[in-house]
Amino acid sequence: MADHHPTGIKRWLFTTNHKDIGSMYLWFSFIMFFIGGAMAMVIRAELYQPGLQFVEPNFFNQMTTMHGLIMVFGAVMPSMVGLANWLIPMQIGAPDMALPRMNNWSFWILPFAFTLLLSSLFMEGGAPNFGWTFYAPLSTTYGPPSTDFFILGVHMMGISSIMGAINVIVTVFNMRAPGMTLMKMPLFVWTWVITAFLLIMVMPVLAGAVTMMLTDRHFGTSFFDAAGGGDPVMFQHIFWFFGHPEVYIMILPAFGVASEIIPAFARKKLFGYASMVYATASIALLSFIVWAHHMFTVGMPLAGELFFMIATMLIAVPTGVKVFNWVATMWKGSMTFETPMLFAIAFVILFTIGGFSGVMLAMAPVDFQYHDTYFVVAHFHYVLFPGAIFGTTAAVYYWLPKWTGKMYNEKMGKIHFWWSMIAVNLTFFPMHFSGLAGMPRRIPDYNMMFADFNQLASIGAFALGLSQLFFLFIVIKTIRSGKKSEDKPWDGATGLEWDKLPCPAPYHTFDTPPKVD
Amino acid sequence: MAIRRKLFAGLAVVLSGMLSFAVQASADLNMRPGVTETSVEAYDLHMAVIWVMTIIAVVVFGLMFYSIFAHRKSKNPTPATFSHSTTVEIIWTAIPIIILIGLSIPAVKLLVKMESWDKVEPDLEIQVTGHQWKWEYKYLDHDISFFSNLKTPREQIDNLEGKVGETKGENYLLEVDNELVLPANKNVIFHLTSKDVIHSWWVPEIAVKKDAIPGFINSTWTNVPKEGTYRGQCTELCGKDHGFMPVVVKVVSESEFAAYIEKKKAEKVAAEKAAAEAAARSWDMEQLMTLGKETYEAKCAACHMVNGEGMPPTFPALKGSKVATGPVEGHIDIVVNGKAGTAMAAYGAQLSDAEIAAIITYERNAWGNETGDKVQPADIQAFKAGN
Repeated sequence: MADHHPTGIKRWLFTTNHKDIGSMYLWFSFIMFFIGGAMAMVIRAELYQPGLQFVEPNFFNQMTTMHGLIMVFGAVMPSMVGLANWLIPMQIGAPDMALPRMNNWSFWILPFAFTLLLSSLFMEGGAPNFGWTFYAPLSTTYGPPSTDFFILGVHMMGISSIMGAINVIVTVFNMRAPGMTLMKMPLFVWTWVITAFLLIMVMPVLAGAVTMMLTDRHFGTSFFDAAGGGDPVMFQHIFWFFGHPEVYIMILPAFGVASEIIPAFARKKLFGYASMVYATASIALLSFIVWAHHMFTVGMPLAGELFFMIATMLIAVPTGVKVFNWVATMWKGSMTFETPMLFAIAFVILFTIGGFSGVMLAMAPVDFQYHDTYFVVAHFHYVLFPGAIFGTTAAVYYWLPKWTGKMYNEKMGKIHFWWSMIAVNLTFFPMHFSGLAGMPRRIPDYNMMFADFNQLASIGAFALGLSQLFFLFIVIKTIRSGKKSEDKPWDGATGLEWDKLPCPAPYHTFDTPPKVD
Repeated sequence: MAIRRKLFAGLAVVLSGMLSFAVQASADLNMRPGVTETSVEAYDLHMAVIWVMTIIAVVVFGLMFYSIFAHRKSKNPTPATFSHSTTVEIIWTAIPIIILIGLSIPAVKLLVKMESWDKVEPDLEIQVTGHQWKWEYKYLDHDISFFSNLKTPREQIDNLEGKVGETKGENYLLEVDNELVLPANKNVIFHLTSKDVIHSWWVPEIAVKKDAIPGFINSTWTNVPKEGTYRGQCTELCGKDHGFMPVVVKVVSESEFAAYIEKKKAEKVAAEKAAAEAAARSWDMEQLMTLGKETYEAKCAACHMVNGEGMPPTFPALKGSKVATGPVEGHIDIVVNGKAGTAMAAYGAQLSDAEIAAIITYERNAWGNETGDKVQPADIQAFKAGN
């Protein structure tokens, strides 16, 4: 009875089960990850050598734009929501998400939103080609006709994200098991609640931005057009008021994942639990007052530049606290290095490297030299790939036994780790150098002096792409023919999902709430 | 164990090899100090942050790697049980704050200096206007203005240089037909704006990067003490040919600069005279078509393509188009005045009347557009007069 579930296509279309929805989110993001990755391969193939070899500049711009949009909105964000769906109810001892039908809807909007977005590739005039940041007036007056499909697509994914965020907040505040006080919640739950608040605050701002674009394009308004009394720079302020919290939306859940996995494999409690919670909340609050550090060259008044510079540098403080806490958790632990732990450690190191370049970029007078060069590309790929995506990868290896009841092949997991680790650095580290040497971002062709680093980055990128196909192979192999997992495959793991539930977790869990002491 | 130790030794050799390579190649790996006071200070600040970050990385990652080595299960079977300490939390909150204050002081000072263009006594003011995809420079004190186009030949970009023309040179994609010429040791104020989308004007060696925004003017300044040619690029995505609009600044001595201005003024007078002569005489079809083809391929083919088929709908086809086969006035209007809200720029000020007449004639008679129309420079002149 406990494991009764509908079968066939209807199970997936009509499901209100958080585990089914979580799986659908994860698979969806995995598919998007490969589509966005294929676009990255086109970009890296074109940049392998100076000169135009494979694509013409306009298509190149479509690739950089779509790669960014797909990865941010299609791969990273849904993967985090997938993890939230699977884990939050189990970690707080709830039977399901609080709003299960809405949960179904939040997921099922996504395939339609991305079909709209991807269909623009086949339209006359091509896909959006103005960068994932879609600055006006390039995206308004000068945007291709498909821009309107992009606008509708963004609206739909925004609705999906807002509903997902509401669901997380309502679930966490109403459905915790008796005794699960806020300061006893696993850190993954904490980081996700804070992420959900960020989402609710900023997704409507993004919706506002694209709506203003739409009315500028078709209904005679001039929000972003100086000729009608508007201001193109206002677009950037609005966009980055969404965009900066957005980067924390993508990384905070990964912080939560690392805070679960590192203690498990160090066999030692997370160091400084309370300070981790406060640091996460401080990062989230600060993320609202730093947006214009993306815009130091637009000609802001000096006072504005000073404020945004100092506020941005401040973010290093709570972020540093988190890194120190992770190291202190490892300190005097009794560590083993299974694949989830390897990815979690790599996450801490490489994310921190992204943090270092972040502090450099925060300093406005030097940012004038870094801004819009490959140095920025290196920076945000370090926090996104070995940051957010390694975080998700660690989570997949860690909870795969819980989800499927099967154990992945440890040897293959380690090969995947080292392969990704080498490839990710080979791809993105040289970009620091080409940026410092003066290579602007978003260009399809470049001077000879940038050739060596681009070639290295392209070789790295092809290896990195292959390593992720290997990851897909490992996941499928585990599901189909993995060794049966013990109920508690990780001896250091803690939390309700490990202590009170078997592997795989039954279809319905915690029909009666567990007791937490 | 022995194998593992060998592995580590091997790794150490490889790493130290890479490090020494990196040190040798560091000239190409790092930001260049540049030639102005502000660019050198920005470079120094950049190096200071890099060193601070490197030291933090060595300490934090060092502790982490020590822990990974010493606190593994095989070496430390029983984990410690401590899980918090308010004292260390306060320490590792305070230390970063102190470091950041230390970094922010020089950063604030330099920022104030770089942004105080309005406190500098100006010797020369230049208006920089971004266009899709070229820069226009105007010497505000001398009534001289010109466009600065990419000079790299198309066949090099298309990798056809083995068959036609020279191979890619040292300044591939960083060379223009008209450089911006500036005098050394003078305070130069730049006023930046744009005709279409947002562009960004960057010359790394003088540490000036400022956005050119349509409808607004951004100002900044520099003072270049050293003569030489400095190259940069547009750094804000501005559409299809964003990667093909370089910035080249040539800094010369004061006397050379004065001579340059005189030369430009004389050229302007000569050009006006030549244009008047060209407009006064009647051109035959062959002359118009020859000049038209040449100018079309240089100025128009990037969007409308050599075969006139364009890239619709953003860049419409001219072959068989209503504009190129319909009334001549409409065709002249769109070339002279551009089309608002599209990438079609106004060429009235960029090209001579003869060139415009030739382009229009060419467009109306090439690729099967057999209108037989012949547009004379005088027609363009008349159109502009009545405009």
